[in-house]
Amino acid sequence: MSLLRVEGLSKEFGGLRAVEGLTFSVSQGKVFSIIGPNGAGKTTLLNLLSGIYVPSSGRILVEGRDLTRCPPHEYAANGVARTFQNLQVFHTMSALENVMVGRALHERCGLAAALLRLPSLERAERDSRAQAEELMRWVGLEDQVDAMADELPYGSLKRLEIARALATRPRLLLLDEPAAGLNATETLEIDALVTRLAESGVTVVLVEHNMRLVMGVSDHILVLDHGRRLAEGAAREVRRDPRVIEAYLGAGAA
Amino acid sequence: MSAPFLQFLLAGLTIGAIYALVALGFSIIYNASQVINFAQGEFVMIGGMATVSLAGAGWPLPAAIAGAVLLAAAIGLALEKLAVDTARKAPVVTLIIITIGASILLRGAAAILWDKNVHALAAFSGDAPLNIGGATIVPQSLWVVGTALAIVVVLSLFFGRTLLGKALLATSHNRVAAQLVGINVRHVLLASFGISAALGAIAGALVAPITFTSWDIGVMLGLKGFAAAILGGMGSGPGAVLGGLVLGIAEAMGAGYVSSAYKDAIAFVGILAVLFFLPGGLLGRRSADRV
Amino acid sequence: MPSSLLSPRTRGLAVLALVVLLLPLALRNTYYYEVAILVGLNAIVCVGLNLLIGYAGQISLGHAGFFGLGAYVSAILTARYGWPPLAAMLAAVAGVAMLGYLVGRPILRLRGHYLAMATLGMGIIISIVIATEDRLTGGPDGMQVPPLALAGFVLAGERTWYWVVGALLLGSVWLAQNLIDSPQGRALRALHTSEIGAEVCGIDSARHKVRVFVISTIYAAFAGALAAHYAGFITPGKVTFFHSIELVTMVVFGGLASTFGAVVGAAVLTTLPQALTLFKDYEMVVFGAVMMLTMIFMPKGLVPTIARRLHAAGR
Repeated sequence: MSLLRVEGLSKEFGGLRAVEGLTFSVSQGKVFSIIGPNGAGKTTLLNLLSGIYVPSSGRILVEGRDLTRCPPHEYAANGVARTFQNLQVFHTMSALENVMVGRALHERCGLAAALLRLPSLERAERDSRAQAEELMRWVGLEDQVDAMADELPYGSLKRLEIARALATRPRLLLLDEPAAGLNATETLEIDALVTRLAESGVTVVLVEHNMRLVMGVSDHILVLDHGRRLAEGAAREVRRDPRVIEAYLGAGAA
Repeated sequence: MSAPFLQFLLAGLTIGAIYALVALGFSIIYNASQVINFAQGEFVMIGGMATVSLAGAGWPLPAAIAGAVLLAAAIGLALEKLAVDTARKAPVVTLIIITIGASILLRGAAAILWDKNVHALAAFSGDAPLNIGGATIVPQSLWVVGTALAIVVVLSLFFGRTLLGKALLATSHNRVAAQLVGINVRHVLLASFGISAALGAIAGALVAPITFTSWDIGVMLGLKGFAAAILGGMGSGPGAVLGGLVLGIAEAMGAGYVSSAYKDAIAFVGILAVLFFLPGGLLGRRSADRV
Repeated sequence: MPSSLLSPRTRGLAVLALVVLLLPLALRNTYYYEVAILVGLNAIVCVGLNLLIGYAGQISLGHAGFFGLGAYVSAILTARYGWPPLAAMLAAVAGVAMLGYLVGRPILRLRGHYLAMATLGMGIIISIVIATEDRLTGGPDGMQVPPLALAGFVLAGERTWYWVVGALLLGSVWLAQNLIDSPQGRALRALHTSEIGAEVCGIDSARHKVRVFVISTIYAAFAGALAAHYAGFITPGKVTFFHSIELVTMVVFGGLASTFGAVVGAAVLTTLPQALTLFKDYEMVVFGAVMMLTMIFMPKGLVPTIARRLHAAGR
């Protein structure tokens, strides 16, 4: 069963075609990676898949539901979570609160309970806090629970965003270059985290430049170039595809 | 064209030209610093009141106007140097409150230095009304529109041809890049306040013979100028001019055809309607956020 | 629970309650009580406005309009239609909330200065309508307002009103603090910092913004209705955009994203002009100078700056 199905997806900015005629499916529980040179349209595609951009044409179906023109919060409500290449961390709040925000969809407290601070709210907050702490532990940030978000190093913030995304209890997790900007040690840690995510059964769409990570963890790879599909298939096939090599390294290397 | 319609149109163009000058002042400072200078209206007031004062002291009218404009420019420079520059690391909201404080201070000072009465300024070339196609206008209106036009031409030459003008434009597009190519952003900011203050003062001197002047006319004029700048798209020079003219004409038409009491309300309803369909103003930028 | 008793917000509320209880010792005559009541009413509006500006990161330059509508609707219903004052007040607040909801959705799609302009325009339109519809509102001269009566007991006199406003202020602060500490408050703070980050967590930012806008209009309308029944008289003077700017200034001055900052800002900027009357003609000049100097040297506002200095000194 395909969790995500994209049909004829295109996005135009003025005269620029960032993404053109993309059609693919992502099966449940698999890791689907999207690679391609810079400017290939990878981040645009992720923005389309999370509702941040509205497609110029085409359809996006999540678990059979057509979400094509929906705003981001509806994608989230339908089980799509994501992290960002340019972090969108809430730097005025603590690390724990950041993750707790991720639980917004599952908090069932009404405005009245909030305003009057009813016992039901206190209980719900305690629950939220516990769940958020658990997620921080899962991504390896158990020591940073009480820290303010703006005190955390870059590598920790990337993991914090993953914890926040997981707090939404997604069916589909979009990771936008989780290893970008990290040093060698941090990259290994993210590597392990993404592997664990894959093993836990969450369906992952991964945009990444780090080829070792991609080849190591992916079930299926889509190669983009200039907004169009260049190649698609299992890691082994894509790695040897001459068109892919040419796109990355130039005509002479193929 | 019917005579009343022409009458309202000309009245609207006249006051619209004033709004355009005030709006330009807002846009220039906003471009250089992202700050909305709520003291802009007071420069208009200073232009009118100081001209009346100096003319009353015997100065010939051109000298009185020049003196008033220089005074306003000096106050603008002082405001930037003493307040805005000192607080340059503060959040924008704080800077806006500082300009609000400056506007209160300037108004209070005006009430002390001059008085709280309404003052008239002699029209630049007499009061004999002119007849154009059945509509009557006073010669002062021609001065207003003509001077505003001249100023717009001078400003476009300034921004397009002079080094300081181009530096101002560069800073408004990308402050860091401007600094990197060696533009002294603090000087640019200083200049923007001086220029905006001068623009306001000229507008004040121009309109004083028509609407009279007093210590607190700056408030409503500043407000309308701000509205015009937003209407046209904050930060856009042509937008400021367009916004000013549209606002002035809408007001005059509203006062003429609908109700004089509700003319201000009509103008603001119009602005809200425009913003509803064009959230960035008439000529404003419609950029998407990069994520 | 002991831990929540010592939490900063309970402490703050306790201090405020103490101030309200003990202040009458310093209030020597009716005039002082008047000023205190005025501070309390402004503070209620500011607490609500701070939720919108400080926490949700939006702006409104037209809140005096909602204050005025609350006042005038309640006044008109009681004076011209004979409604019982309490019912009139509730109807006024409900009516303003509905208006806030209707205009909130389109207006809050705007950002930054455009939002400021739209709210400014709204406030001015409201004030013009109030000043012009003089058959209903008494026009620029204002109108008389019957006093507030609860089950036959008429609230009159500065001392009675002081306790009423004081209690309502404490209640308003408590409600605001609860909202901020709740999931809804977290959502607001999140969308203030990164609207996209909040949206992908499932937060409907438009709905949250409209909701906090409506809440802030409820605060303003409530204070307005109280003000009308307390003074026994209402004029359009309180519905001007000056007053809107004053309110925003109080919020920023006291400290954004600080409920107690909003109260302190209201207190200082309401009493300062009264204190400055001894400067006679120089009152405006001194007031403007004080505002400028405070914001230049305490850019984050009074309460956050003082809190930070105390925190640093306490180490």
